[in-house]
Amino acid sequence: MPTYRDFSLPDLGEGLTEGEILSWLVKEGDAVALNQPIVEIETAKAAVEIPSPYAGVVTKLHHAEGETVDVGSPIISFDTDPAGAAAPDDAPTIQGGDLVPSEPGIVGSPAPTAGGEEKISVLVGTGPKSGKLTRRARKPAAAAAAAPARQPARVSAAAVGARAAKLVGEVRVLAKPPVRKLARELGVDLRVIVGSGHNGTVTRADVEAAASPGRALAEPPTLAAVPSQALDFDPATREQRIPIKGVRKATAAAMVASAFTAPHVTEFVTVDVTPTMDLASRLRSHPDFEGVKVSPLLLVARALLLAVRRHPMINSSWDDAAQEIVVKDYVNLGIAAATPRGLIVPNIKDADSLSMPQLAAALESLVAVARDGRTAPADMQHGTITITNVGVFGVDGGTPILNPGESAILCFGAVREQPWVHEGAIAIRKVTQFALSFDHRIVDGQLGSEFLADVAGMLADPWQLVSWS
Amino acid sequence: MTEALRPQPSEGPEFVQLLTPEGERVAHPDYDLEISDEEIRGLYRDLLMVRRIDTEATALQRQGELGLWASLLGQEAAQVGAGRALTASDFAFPTYREHGVAFCKGVDPVTLLGLFRGTSQGGWDPYQNGFGLYTIVIGSQTLHATGYAMGLQRDGGDGAAMAFFGDGASSQGDVNEAFVWASVFNAPVVFFCQNNQWAISEPLEKQTRIPLYRRAQGFGFPGVRVDGNDVLAVLAVTRQALARAREGSGPTLVEAWTYRMGAHTTSDDPTRYRLAAELETWKLKDPIERVKAHLSRSGGADATFFAEVDTAADELAAHLRAGCLALPDPDPITLFDNVYAEGSSLLDEEREQCAAYLASFAAAGH
Repeated sequence: MPTYRDFSLPDLGEGLTEGEILSWLVKEGDAVALNQPIVEIETAKAAVEIPSPYAGVVTKLHHAEGETVDVGSPIISFDTDPAGAAAPDDAPTIQGGDLVPSEPGIVGSPAPTAGGEEKISVLVGTGPKSGKLTRRARKPAAAAAAAPARQPARVSAAAVGARAAKLVGEVRVLAKPPVRKLARELGVDLRVIVGSGHNGTVTRADVEAAASPGRALAEPPTLAAVPSQALDFDPATREQRIPIKGVRKATAAAMVASAFTAPHVTEFVTVDVTPTMDLASRLRSHPDFEGVKVSPLLLVARALLLAVRRHPMINSSWDDAAQEIVVKDYVNLGIAAATPRGLIVPNIKDADSLSMPQLAAALESLVAVARDGRTAPADMQHGTITITNVGVFGVDGGTPILNPGESAILCFGAVREQPWVHEGAIAIRKVTQFALSFDHRIVDGQLGSEFLADVAGMLADPWQLVSWS
Repeated sequence: MTEALRPQPSEGPEFVQLLTPEGERVAHPDYDLEISDEEIRGLYRDLLMVRRIDTEATALQRQGELGLWASLLGQEAAQVGAGRALTASDFAFPTYREHGVAFCKGVDPVTLLGLFRGTSQGGWDPYQNGFGLYTIVIGSQTLHATGYAMGLQRDGGDGAAMAFFGDGASSQGDVNEAFVWASVFNAPVVFFCQNNQWAISEPLEKQTRIPLYRRAQGFGFPGVRVDGNDVLAVLAVTRQALARAREGSGPTLVEAWTYRMGAHTTSDDPTRYRLAAELETWKLKDPIERVKAHLSRSGGADATFFAEVDTAADELAAHLRAGCLALPDPDPITLFDNVYAEGSSLLDEEREQCAAYLASFAAAGH
């Protein structure tokens, strides 16, 4: 006979409640060895590989990559005796992944029992505090007391009410022991009561109200927690549905907030940056810049910082609540970065106070950290002005949307060799386009234009970088 | 000052090494080691077994069978060298990472897992093997070891105590107090510091301005730095330090220069604070590879031997896994049992309340 086993997501780091499936290292049908890496999980603490707890054949992956899974929820099933012939459906009462501790408060797997039934507990270390643990059944007095719905098999099927069988998310009930006792005496199932106490604690009054005749049962919170299985392409509709979450969700909220709060204006300028590119290559060989990357972006950043000094109002924010414009005497320079997890805008704190080599090092480090996905939340807060370097994607420019709370964003396009009128004749020059979007509540066309012209002017003639420093 | 930033051991006499990372035997003026091929094969077997215990326990944690595991990966030679220097009459006072010392002291690795599985608050009888219970509090075991050594001194016992601790613990008051007491009372104790360069995420340069072994001089006893990834050198140095303690010459500080190749524990992610390049340089100093290279090159062992050890290690891993899954769950009410030796009325009351609360649930599974 084949033997099927579920494996549920364990608490990988002392008190975690969920993890994201980064990547599956096996697929359904694969034969796996004991301790062979099967999946990479990212938790709040670390990204780790999980080694297979069984030798056998993978029969089911319960979640797609990118999904966030609760601790204790099955993620993969195995057939540990693939020589057998029965289908998984023939074994409806698989006991694997049982979340019910065999002894109150104790987690861990006991030895296989004589009947060959092995309880697989995966919750060692979670303790009762996680809130994801399924509660144990109460004594029979609570007639409807249901089995933990996600794992109905372990508790005898007869005890599982129809309602409970439909539950997919566990319901955590907060109630003090005397209230539990009262509920037991009155035959009230605490799980179907919406608690009125602190943090939803079920109170004595709630239990008494629930016990009185004619009341309507509150629906337990459930189906919203169903993890989406819709990541896959659906050939019937020819559509793919991707859950909106994480960085994508945050980006969307920020962009909508910005676009519909600040009236945007975008201006453009095209400029010959050949002298700037020459300057960059000379800086690269200068001892002060040894070991740091000197990119055109560095000089653009420097020009922007100097232009901010000449036009402080561009580096400000609109405080609607206070009805004040906040002009900042410091520049936290944001750099929009495309990372594997999406767009983020970390910023360099007090960028205006840095020397050129310091700024170069800060830019390099910021980008490297962002690409590794290690940007700290603090590095993304309190930006004052932003550069988005779309040129690295080979496009000429765009109309950027302001980072919320800021008044200007400079878009740096691709630097291309183009025919250009230079000193009265057509020459092949290195040309790029800058676009500046600004918040018209604060920045009028004159200020925006002067600022953009100053940035462009410094890059067309980097001598000004010196004269304005 | 450069030394303080990252004290790098040199090849000079202050860094005791008897087997290079390439597997070459080298001599040291103060620490000669007469050792047969058979004994080296035994050490190789220990190293491999200990690493296999660690690998399997890490896997068990990832599979939800342990709540936590503190990996010793990379520190096998330091632990096996010191563990094999200890005799039956010596007593080891470990941290929570001394799985290799436990193995050498004859403690069944399964019993180490009870603490990490939450089924036991200790797991073994310290007196049975002369191996103390794992100590989670950082550095306190150095005081226990010193006190035990002073007891040996007064009882006229012929053994010595060895306190295990790390570079992070060297900053603890307890450790420095232990140094003072051991020095002043000439206690038969060896302070064995595995300097694995990282106290969780805190680098060595945040612990000390001078090499750790030199601290001993200020307390008035000798300190020595040994290549902690060289099992032969660790064995030679700790043997000598233990002999010195037993003969009444007082304490020694041994700094085993090694590296924690893995995370601090399974709850830690070292990639957030360590550079990958550092790990790569230490991979070249692997404690097991150099012994294998030496045995292969010198003809001290052949492929059959290495294959046999691999098989034995796999058998040990299977024993560990089966034993882990079979560890009995204690009754939750036993939580109250070992708080006070003679009980307390408040605790009795709380035990009754807890029992009543537990009784308010149906038995699971019915």
